[in-house]
Amino acid sequence: MIIYFKRAIKDILDHRFLNAVTIATISIAILIASAFALFFVNANAIVNSWKQGIRIMVYLKPNSSELKVADIKRKIEGMKGVNNVRFISNIEALERLKNQMKRQSSLLDDLQENPLPDAFEVRLTDDFQNQDKVETLAARLESLSQVDEVEYGQVWLGRFTNILNLFRLTGYAMGALFFAATVLIVANTIRLVLYSRREEVEIMRLVGATDGFIRAPFYIEGLIQGALGGIIGLAALFVLFVFISSNVDKSLTSSLFAIRFLSWGAFLGILICSMFVGWMGCFLSLKQFLKQ
Amino acid sequence: MIEKQSKSSIIRMFHVHKNYGAVKALIDITLDVPKNELLFISGPSGAGKTSLLKLLYFGEAASEGQVLIDGMNLSRISHNRIPILRRKFGVIFQDYKLIRTKTVFDNIAIVLEAMGKKRRFVEKKVRSVLRTVGMENSIHSLPPTLSGGEQQRIAVARAIVGDPKIILADEPTGNLDEDSADIILNLLKRFHIRGATVIIATHDKELIRKTGGRVIHLKQGRIQTISNN
Repeated sequence: MIIYFKRAIKDILDHRFLNAVTIATISIAILIASAFALFFVNANAIVNSWKQGIRIMVYLKPNSSELKVADIKRKIEGMKGVNNVRFISNIEALERLKNQMKRQSSLLDDLQENPLPDAFEVRLTDDFQNQDKVETLAARLESLSQVDEVEYGQVWLGRFTNILNLFRLTGYAMGALFFAATVLIVANTIRLVLYSRREEVEIMRLVGATDGFIRAPFYIEGLIQGALGGIIGLAALFVLFVFISSNVDKSLTSSLFAIRFLSWGAFLGILICSMFVGWMGCFLSLKQFLKQ
Repeated sequence: MIEKQSKSSIIRMFHVHKNYGAVKALIDITLDVPKNELLFISGPSGAGKTSLLKLLYFGEAASEGQVLIDGMNLSRISHNRIPILRRKFGVIFQDYKLIRTKTVFDNIAIVLEAMGKKRRFVEKKVRSVLRTVGMENSIHSLPPTLSGGEQQRIAVARAIVGDPKIILADEPTGNLDEDSADIILNLLKRFHIRGATVIIATHDKELIRKTGGRVIHLKQGRIQTISNN
């Protein structure tokens, strides 16, 4: 193994230019792919922070007695997926409305009676913050006797979930596309390296070298190229990230989330993917080349 | 069908033909080469000498007929066994076929490394064969910095470093001056004396006359005469 490793290092140094081209190709591909991953990670963080705001408003029928209100609250608290229940009286609701309307709040001053109903604000546990479960819980809440109406932003939640799914699908599709494109580019670049060394490979075969003996240093070269390309690509991304995040308007990011770089796990995953891409490019090129 | 190899033969060819499209390079070659023979294949350019050598180390496959090398039937050889076959040979090519970007040491060491030999053994053996061919001072040189005669001696060193049973030399003195040609020829004779089967393809009649041995004369792809010199 050590002899193959030494041969690989020597081959890289002997063919600096072509290897540099391969590493640069991998770096650019990794930079683009990981930039998308970074965008996806941050978009996901934003989406998650929005999801924290998912709540169900349970409006009660008029003139519900305090006893019945307490009974309904107890029933709601006993339901699966409910994290927190808060009673909002119609008086409190009107005050909130006035605060939200600010300058137009005087319009509400002439009301003869409070038109708003008493309500419960139901916050959900993390595992219940998706459309299907929210709908199920809303249906159960609506079936309670003193409940007049349940509102949870159905349309908004539906759109929100669709956008999230679109993000995911786009992420997977882009990831697969970049992977395939990078492998093909690397395979072609490595084919150039192989063509420049075809005489060497031919001589090795003539003196009795097995395909494994010929392949091994190329595979190691592919892994090294992939690792170097990955590190350079991620380093470039980090520099870009620092530059952009230090110049971005802080007011654009809410207090609920902060723009962040890739985690160590993602960093390692991308590096392994990059090495795999380098190896895969070598594998495809060699497979075709050694057939000749 | 040839199934059993004669005990004394290391190479047998039986009604072998080699075609390149419509061109017939070798026609109906039947040949026995005993172990430790010094054999010349002579003939003018285009007679089929190089094609015949290529069939032996499976540089190319025969179009028809059978070739047996040290018990291996090449018409049935699997891809995995080709390297094993080639390690039986030390081949000296007319154009040397040295890797230009690798040092003399690396060019020779590659044969032993491909066999899986240990580094210490490789270093010792490479230095030893370079002494044998008188090129120990060029161990770190690159082939393009050496003369034609020196490159040919490196090619000889590479051919013998794996202690092959058979040495094939394709026009080994073709591009060399008389002194360099004598050095190469003497080296080949030494390996023959040590027990290797040596097959030399040449059109140089003077070389054959000086050396002695069986001579197979090819003409237009056919064996025309077999004589003892």
